[in-house]
Amino acid sequence: MESTESTKRYKFTIPQEEYITPGHSACPGCGEPLAMRYLLKALGPNTVINVPAGCCAVIPGVWPRYAVKVPFVDHAFECTAAVSSGIKAALEKKGMDDVTVVGWAGDGGTVDIGLQALSGAVDRDTDFLYVMYDNEAYMNTGIQCSGATPCGAWTTTTPGGKHIQQRRDKKKILDMMIANGIVYGATVSVAYPDDFIRTIQKAKGIKGPKFIHAYSPCPSGWRMDPRKAIEVSRLAVRTGAFPLYEFHNGKYSFTKEIKKRKPVEEYLRLQGRFKHLTPADVAEVQALVDREYEALVAKVGASGR
Amino acid sequence: MIEMMNANYAAARAAKLARVDVTAVYPITPQTSISEKLAEMVQKGEMDAKFMMMESEHSAMSALIGASYVGARTFTATSSHGLALMHEMLMWAVGARRPIVMPVAARTIGGPWNIWGEHHDVITERDTGWLQIFCENNQEVLDTVLMAYRVAEDPEVMLPIMVIEDGFILSHTVDIVDVPEQEKVDRYLPPFKPEYPVDVKNPMRHGGLMMPDWWTEFRYLIYQSQEVARTKLLEAEKEFEAIFGRSYGGMMEYYKCDDADAVLVVAGSAAGTAKEVADRYRAEGKKVGVAKLRVFRPFPAEEVRRLADMTTTIGVFDRSYTYGDGGAMFNEVRSALQSTGSVMKDYVGGLGGRDVTVKFIEWIFDDLLRIAEAGKADRTVEWVGLKDGTGRW
Repeated sequence: MESTESTKRYKFTIPQEEYITPGHSACPGCGEPLAMRYLLKALGPNTVINVPAGCCAVIPGVWPRYAVKVPFVDHAFECTAAVSSGIKAALEKKGMDDVTVVGWAGDGGTVDIGLQALSGAVDRDTDFLYVMYDNEAYMNTGIQCSGATPCGAWTTTTPGGKHIQQRRDKKKILDMMIANGIVYGATVSVAYPDDFIRTIQKAKGIKGPKFIHAYSPCPSGWRMDPRKAIEVSRLAVRTGAFPLYEFHNGKYSFTKEIKKRKPVEEYLRLQGRFKHLTPADVAEVQALVDREYEALVAKVGASGR
Repeated sequence: MIEMMNANYAAARAAKLARVDVTAVYPITPQTSISEKLAEMVQKGEMDAKFMMMESEHSAMSALIGASYVGARTFTATSSHGLALMHEMLMWAVGARRPIVMPVAARTIGGPWNIWGEHHDVITERDTGWLQIFCENNQEVLDTVLMAYRVAEDPEVMLPIMVIEDGFILSHTVDIVDVPEQEKVDRYLPPFKPEYPVDVKNPMRHGGLMMPDWWTEFRYLIYQSQEVARTKLLEAEKEFEAIFGRSYGGMMEYYKCDDADAVLVVAGSAAGTAKEVADRYRAEGKKVGVAKLRVFRPFPAEEVRRLADMTTTIGVFDRSYTYGDGGAMFNEVRSALQSTGSVMKDYVGGLGGRDVTVKFIEWIFDDLLRIAEAGKADRTVEWVGLKDGTGRW
């Protein structure tokens, strides 16, 4: 079985077409242009993207230059999913049903300020793909804690110490969206481009509201060597801190199953944002990751693969 | 065809006649029945539009911006807190140059809670860049929505327009409305074809980051479009009159102003009451006139200045108060009339649903005529009809 699986993987080819041109303005090691590059390779040219304020509004370029080869609509922070609904409605009215509408927003614009609009769009059964690129804080404004900042992480608004610390873990946005009524949900990581592209291609073929949680490293915000962005992303998956899985037809399954998870400390120690954590704190984070991972394993098990 | 309807239904019927493609609605009193009527017409198949139920007014405006980018003719309606919640996206719609048309059933904003009519909500949004047209009656609401699309979608304008109807006074009051035939409306209003739509065959970015080196020029273009809109509004009304036989006096209607001793500038439904009082006073030989401020944005400064050639004494009725040196309408009128030597006074009233009665307007005209005779105003601002005069209560 294992060899068949790896042969299948080997045969998978990444589409050659590029939709992100040279000239974007992301920081070195940033996950976001990679994520958008993979997304567009998977979706092709019949795609319209809309983005709110955030890194996604800055990275593609400054007017009149633009480094993405599909139509792109910018808008305010909290309205990504609502604008997506409007674009989709207008396309449907004009009979253009073969265009994929993508709402693309960061974690802050999704789990915090954009949550209402996202919930509304799912509730309206908008046929669109919502992608949250998760760099785990408000990075465009300079590293402030968001609802997706992980437990223990330093940010400028959770500077560590007794009084203000990020004690709670990330909002479970995918669970929230599943409860809300999405037809398809998945996590993807820029460290696994083949899985990323396969997942988006699968989502494209499904009608209704789909939610993708994309892990997107931020070397400047995570206080790490930009050269290690992919290594850290890969470790996030291998330690179970960011497991890759999907939800479809009421069932959960791993898209990248990790049999032997590495200690989460290996993931944390590459990033300056966790350097203040004591061994006891690290053990706490490990316990949290274990709990979450086991809960996910149970959900996958209950789904009866 | 003559029908009986309130202004909300008139607004919804206008949206249908305009062949709106996409609507996005969220309920708020006293606008709600516009949304309900749209839902009903779409449900029955009478109106061929996408109907979106939103989870907030902010999202309603956001969705329409998205739909309009694709080239859909878009429509929503709101009031009060809904308009305030939209504020951010009202600004965005202007910067994105989206020709969205939106009736606003003008209402108070809390607290304390009050759902009734006044102008504070729309006056608060006067600096967003939206064009703002105040309507006197239900017929004017229907007709103005049609004219608004003509102007908003003009390639030289491309700006959104608010069609303002007084909450409850018009929104819930049934009146005679002449509903135009679809064929005539189609002749008047061609389909919306944006110059730069969202199109996968011609990808471009819409609303992307703009640096200080061009921002001023971009804002200047919006200013220019507002200026062009003055001419376009007059043209749209002239052609409307040619096809439908009705008109509303352009930017500002002068009612018996020519030889008046005093004129009252007034917007919205109170203009009708003021005209009625002016008729009675004229019959008694008292020379008063009414200047109906129809278009508030772009502000009709030229039209206001013409008043100085007709009369010496000018009152302004503000159905809102913006906590400056007089209400917003008063200040804008005063600013246009500076150096004309006109004697001016601001009258504030009709707030929170308090009726603007014939007696109320008579009080203002009597006061204005006293001022005209004295040649100077006793004070800048008068709150009319306070329960215990102007003292503490």
